[in-house]
Amino acid sequence: MKILNASGCLDALTAPEVARSLDAFVTKTVTPLPREGNAPARIAEVEHGMLNSIGLANPGIDRFLAHTLPRLAELGVPVWVSVGGFAVADYADLCDRLDDRPEVDAIELNVSCPNVDDVPASVAEIVAAARAATRKPLYTKLSPATADVAEVARAAQKAGTDGLSLVNTILGLALDERTLKPRLSRAAGGLSGPALKPIALAAVYACYAATGLPIVGMGGISSGRDAVEFIAAGAASVALGTVLFSDPAAPERVRAELSSEIADLPVGEVDNAIGLAHAERPAPSETAARLAAMSVQ
Amino acid sequence: MLRRQRRRVLATESIGPYTLLRVARGGLEPGIPGQFFMLEAPGRPLPRPMSLCLAPPGELAFLIDPIGPGTRALCRLRPGDRLGVLGPLGNGFSLDVERPLLVGGGIGIAPLPYLSDALGHPPAVLGFRSDLHAEAARLVPNAEVVLEPTYVTEAIRPGHDVLACGPEPMLAAVASLEPTAQLAWEAPMACGYGACYGCAVEIDGEIKRLCLDGPVLAAEAVAA
Repeated sequence: MKILNASGCLDALTAPEVARSLDAFVTKTVTPLPREGNAPARIAEVEHGMLNSIGLANPGIDRFLAHTLPRLAELGVPVWVSVGGFAVADYADLCDRLDDRPEVDAIELNVSCPNVDDVPASVAEIVAAARAATRKPLYTKLSPATADVAEVARAAQKAGTDGLSLVNTILGLALDERTLKPRLSRAAGGLSGPALKPIALAAVYACYAATGLPIVGMGGISSGRDAVEFIAAGAASVALGTVLFSDPAAPERVRAELSSEIADLPVGEVDNAIGLAHAERPAPSETAARLAAMSVQ
Repeated sequence: MLRRQRRRVLATESIGPYTLLRVARGGLEPGIPGQFFMLEAPGRPLPRPMSLCLAPPGELAFLIDPIGPGTRALCRLRPGDRLGVLGPLGNGFSLDVERPLLVGGGIGIAPLPYLSDALGHPPAVLGFRSDLHAEAARLVPNAEVVLEPTYVTEAIRPGHDVLACGPEPMLAAVASLEPTAQLAWEAPMACGYGACYGCAVEIDGEIKRLCLDGPVLAAEAVAA
């Protein structure tokens, strides 16, 4: 069981001590070319959460490999690189370029950013192309905004993903209290925080039952209690997102709270609590053993 | 270390439409004038960035305009309540100035009382919407007050090192009048420490995070 950050919710280079309190650091999504992101305003608080429309601001893969990745490696924390593109070939190229970099412990395929206009190709095609390009552990990050997320998860599994990151944000809208105009420049943005938690839990529960894949659960986790619920739903690890904004010390707090939650359960250790919410637990996917051997899960 | 501290509210004070929130300083450093703190807004998912207004011994004081759910929750705090405080964050004003003139507009006067103390109470020009708002001028010694429709730029005399904070149109006007001014900007931010990328602004022709590169910037660095 690991505690990670959700992609885009922490800059390890400006807050290294926060990154070091995680079991692995997940980068902000890297795209083939640099992106400045969307015009301000890019964030808005809502009841029980927040919206963001950052728009995948990042330096692009060339600069990331030359400048960012070597500095991330110096932190001494395992690095997962989140990648995003606008065509199947983008994902293949990005994975190919990361494949021989020893600083990279795993790759997360962001196939579900709600803040870009270009719609990526089908998840299965992306995963298959990425799989062909790298031997690194591959996690596919899915959106809960789909009729049947378990079906998408099964397709990703068939295409060769090692694990799932569940979930990305879901589009929401906030209006200014006086003008009734959208508060974000792009109108809608990705909803995160406590409001996302039951949606994320449902996705973890369904995808675990459907695939048995190792899952990084995320979506509104702000306490050890939240974390233990994701683990019971089927997550093997958890990631913290919005909570990091208000509480940079959240990783160690959630870890401590999770320990006492687990101590209150008749399971012994945390890994035995994975899938506890299910009447019958699925057989672990064969990738679980591979990831364990690589110390990724 | 970035660690939010729990701090007790010592007092709250109404100043015109604003509230001066006084919290126990504990081990927190007050920082440089113009730096800011993230204050936990009770019942809200995100903290609010507030520049330090005053730093009397043992206290940190913040001037808050109740304009939304977070600032209203902060203004409702009562003595004895506790809140999370993270800071000081960002870059403050450079105090290496020969003839300082403080310029503030509306709630933008918030960092000026502490700045005035640090600079030995230099002259100040403060602009407000109404007499009620102008009550906050009493926090800044040696201040000349102008009320709308008069703007602060009409009261700035040349030959000063201007240090300003206020609404964007005011800062843009000050920048064109005084290209060497130091300006404290504002942007929506969720974290205050570079994690959320919410406060991106164009600085020196590049998109940067105001929380890390600002909030105080040289006037010529910002494309107004």
